[in-house]
Amino acid sequence: MAQAALAPRDAAPAVFQTVRTPDLHPRPTKVKADTVKVFYGQKQALHGVTIDIPEKAVTAFIGPSGCGKSTFLRCLNRMNDTIDGCRVEGEILLDNRDIYDPSLDVVELRARVGMVFQKPNPFPKSIFENVAYGPRIHGLARSKAELEEIVVASLQKASLFNEVKDRLHEPGTGLSGGQQQRLCIARTIAVSPDVILMDEPCSALDPIATAKVEELIDELRKNFTIVIVTHSMQQAARVSQRTAFFHLGTLVEEGPTDHVFTNPSERRTQDYITGRFG
Amino acid sequence: MVGYSLLLIVILSLVAYYVGRSSAKRFAGGAGSEKIHSLPGYHGAFIAVWVGIPAFVLVLLWASFQGATLDNLVLASLPSGFTEGKSPAELNLALSEIRNLASGRTFGTPAPEIQLAAERLVSWQNIASWAMLVVAATLMILVLVFARTRIAPRFRARNSVEHVLSGLMIFCSVVAILTTVGIIVSLLYESIAFFRLVPITEFLFGLKWEPQIALRPDQIAGAGAFGAVPVFAGTLLISAIALIVAIPIGLFTAIYLVEYADDRVRNVVKPIMEILAGIPTVVFGFFAVLTVAPAIREAGGLLGVVTSPNSALAAGFVMGIMIIPFISSLSDDALRAVPRSMRDGSLAMGATASETMTRVLLPAALPGIMGGILLAASRAIGETMIVVMAAGLIATLTINPMDSVTTVTVQIVSMLIGDTSFDSPKTLAAFALGLVLFIVTLGLNVLALQIVKKYREQYE
Ligand SMILES: Nc1ncnc2c1ncn2[C@@H]1O[C@H](COP(=O)(O)OP(=O)(O)OP(=O)(O)O)[C@@H](O)[C@H]1O
Ligand SMILES: [Mg+2]
Repeated sequence: MAQAALAPRDAAPAVFQTVRTPDLHPRPTKVKADTVKVFYGQKQALHGVTIDIPEKAVTAFIGPSGCGKSTFLRCLNRMNDTIDGCRVEGEILLDNRDIYDPSLDVVELRARVGMVFQKPNPFPKSIFENVAYGPRIHGLARSKAELEEIVVASLQKASLFNEVKDRLHEPGTGLSGGQQQRLCIARTIAVSPDVILMDEPCSALDPIATAKVEELIDELRKNFTIVIVTHSMQQAARVSQRTAFFHLGTLVEEGPTDHVFTNPSERRTQDYITGRFG
Repeated sequence: MVGYSLLLIVILSLVAYYVGRSSAKRFAGGAGSEKIHSLPGYHGAFIAVWVGIPAFVLVLLWASFQGATLDNLVLASLPSGFTEGKSPAELNLALSEIRNLASGRTFGTPAPEIQLAAERLVSWQNIASWAMLVVAATLMILVLVFARTRIAPRFRARNSVEHVLSGLMIFCSVVAILTTVGIIVSLLYESIAFFRLVPITEFLFGLKWEPQIALRPDQIAGAGAFGAVPVFAGTLLISAIALIVAIPIGLFTAIYLVEYADDRVRNVVKPIMEILAGIPTVVFGFFAVLTVAPAIREAGGLLGVVTSPNSALAAGFVMGIMIIPFISSLSDDALRAVPRSMRDGSLAMGATASETMTRVLLPAALPGIMGGILLAASRAIGETMIVVMAAGLIATLTINPMDSVTTVTVQIVSMLIGDTSFDSPKTLAAFALGLVLFIVTLGLNVLALQIVKKYREQYE
């Protein structure tokens, strides 16, 4: 085919099949993505990703750098809208509602689908104000007492409260990196989202802070649906129930985490998790 | 003759350069020769610099002292019968007549002594100029010969040239610093002279400003009052109006450009702002006088408000337009310096663009924006042309923007133009005003730069 010669070398094959392994005891689906394609200008970054993300569980996205994990994650709360020249095709349903439906309010969507970034990014405000930010803009608290309640509860859920209870009104930027990241998690859960997206939340943290955040994620999964992008195989194995392996803008394999790590069905998954490429 | 000397210096420096380079090349070319330390060009530059710079300094010094020395010689040579009983002022008059005569400008018939002295002056000037040329040439040739002997393979011409260059740069920056210091010292000196005539407390706290005092006994004028409060109040009023106009417009422009405008709009608006920043203030001045002031007067008339023809509002409004680009471009920078992750963090929390702006970006950029506003304020306070054209001359102590007020800069200008002598309090008052103005704007600038610097560090 003449066109094949023109296609970029790393372009995915036109037809590919994601290898799927269902859970033994399937959970209800929270987010359903169907052939999601993403373009940055002329460049296609995702070539049709189809995946079901289960409720109240941790789903890990793994894959080599540049394979489109962050891109797909950003589709789930429409943060791609803020990037000039980014275009999304396909369908994403959250609780069976299309999130790209023009009648849907993106502001509400982002309140339901929170996001934690790779680098801790607390606002240059006090710890209290950082956590109160979401409840304030969404009008979740009717009184000052109620707001305080939400802030304290969120900090407790993020297992940060005991460390900062005496300095709630000092700047959030004065905390350590690990504390800042937990502050960002507290900020996200303060608006009680359904889904929390985490893009390499531990890559800027030391092992001890990482362990704390991982513990926290395990705790949070009781109440939230969590999607986490990580470059650490161990982390994916430790915290997630399901794992999805991306490669060159395609979803290669997804299944229960122990299955993917001990007995992957795909050759490429095997190579990646054993460190043969990536 | 100075011109010829400078030409000679250039020519001899060029010659020196080629001499140095070619003799260095000879080392470089020799087979099995020692490795040469510097490129031949550096040897040439080394000699050229040492030939040119001392001679240049010599010519400058010579030219600046020649006149005074010759004047003294001429005065001394006047016959004692002629100088007897003449006051220094009269002698000065005679001297300038001699100088005029020597340069060929004759007024009436000069006295024979003066005629003689002028002829003497001409011949001495001739001799001195030639002497300068000869001395400079000799100096250069001596240096050339001497420096030529220094050239050797291991001679570090490159480093020497480096030293000379850095010396030259230090010299230039010292000139700039010394000029500033000189201006401040003269300002201080004249202000102190003023405060001898008018007590400093009266100047700083007095509420009446009537500087039009009599210069000569036969003039009729007021007794004079030098209380600067109304003048500074006028400056503050006009600057405040300017800031009230400029801050919202400038800030919203910046917000729009950073957060809402797409590239196409930005590419149009930014250059327009730069054009606005480049308009000469005198153009703003006649815009104020011819367009804005009449419009305000008419509007005032319609509303039944008494409006003075030189209202503070007109001057302040136009000054506000002038400083919009300052505020918008510095706010633009400050907003852009807020990391993208702040913005993403807020948007991902479900905040709208305007919530993100008011709750995260503006507070984070506030120090930088404040710095921009302070810089604009100091610009407004020191601005002269617009207010000279559009503001009044009478110092009234008022906060009514429809009244006519005067400003510090207007007063300085009006005191120094026209019939003045440099020891009356009226003239000296200008320096005192200038000094206070300088201190105020310097303070604002230092504060602004400090704030801007602090917020720069915050994210780096
Ligand atoms: N803002 C953007 N503009 C243009 N291209 C982009 C943009 N963001 C990502 N891309 C491209 O899309 C592809 C996928 O990028 P993405 O950031 O999703 O990768 P990733 O899997 O998250 O990688 P990493 O593990 O390094 O974070 C890459 O080829 C990248 O160059
Ligand atoms: Mg990424």
